[in-house]
Amino acid sequence: MGADQEHLEVTVWRGTAVGGRTETFEVPAHDSQTVLDVVSWIQQYADPTLSYRFACRVGMCGSCAMMVNGEPRWTCRTHVQKVARAGKVRIEPLRNLPVIKDLVADMDPFFEKWIEAEGVHHPTRTRADAIERIDPESAARVEANTGIECINCAVCYAACDTVAGNSDYLGPAALNRAWTLFNDAKDAGKQAVLDAVSGSGGCHNCHSMGSCTHYCPNELNPMAAIAGLKRETAKSFFRRRRDA
Amino acid sequence: MRRPPRSHPLWLAYILHRLSGLGLALFLPVHFWVLSLALTQPQQLDELLVFTQMPMVKLAEFGLVFLLAVHLFGGLRLLALEFLPWSGRQKSLAAGAVGMAFLISGTFLIQAV
Repeated sequence: MGADQEHLEVTVWRGTAVGGRTETFEVPAHDSQTVLDVVSWIQQYADPTLSYRFACRVGMCGSCAMMVNGEPRWTCRTHVQKVARAGKVRIEPLRNLPVIKDLVADMDPFFEKWIEAEGVHHPTRTRADAIERIDPESAARVEANTGIECINCAVCYAACDTVAGNSDYLGPAALNRAWTLFNDAKDAGKQAVLDAVSGSGGCHNCHSMGSCTHYCPNELNPMAAIAGLKRETAKSFFRRRRDA
Repeated sequence: MRRPPRSHPLWLAYILHRLSGLGLALFLPVHFWVLSLALTQPQQLDELLVFTQMPMVKLAEFGLVFLLAVHLFGGLRLLALEFLPWSGRQKSLAAGAVGMAFLISGTFLIQAV
């Protein structure tokens, strides 16, 4: 905690898409205080014009991610005591995304890339058919299960240096989604997924730095998912050449 | 300012792979040029070979062998990551690649002095 143990020195990025500056607030420190609590305190007691985004406060909805002392984090489940350095905290909008205002990042590019990666449902049956039975023990289902708990918080996207260097790169979350669909018996778009993720912004851009896996708050492994896509797109490439 | 700290092991493995690759790319043209002297100017090559006996040059060669070995083993790790079934031990494999590179370059240094 800070010099007086009772207050935090919180530096917050303020601004819009055209530019901004930082502003520092003194916030009362409490036990078990989260970073989101700190941001909310500023908005409620210091400056009501501060813009930020949250909904569930319990790590389900994925809307409150921000950069905290330079690292992407889900702020509702991040205790200030764990991340404050000598009582100081720096809070900024998510990296690799445009800013709307203050701590609110524009999530449109992030979700547009989910669609680009064919992260949409491709049904195998109609509502008139019986529901497909799924074997929960099958290898593909087990693999799909490892990636389905993604809450779309964009922490991995903000952590990724490949996204920072290549704005066309689909990013870890979209590719992780593509991998779960590829392994899903109820998805009929396997080749569409492989085609979508093998383009110029696709999975082969990944340098396996592993920041996505390192920072994922739900402890998913997008790096493994992307490696899976690399394997399957390579197989698909050689299969097509053989069959051509 | 809005950059995450990059202190985790696999990011360091990534940057080591890039820098070693860059170092080797800069070294190889010079290496081939020196070798070509055997055909074009043998006496100049002999002078350079005497120069390579200096301790500081031996130490620099240790560095080159380390770069080559760490790039080789790091590259094998990446090939395995991308083409073999997934292994969760990537940090251990990256550490192993650095360990093997030290073993080989260290052995070279002991042999050289």
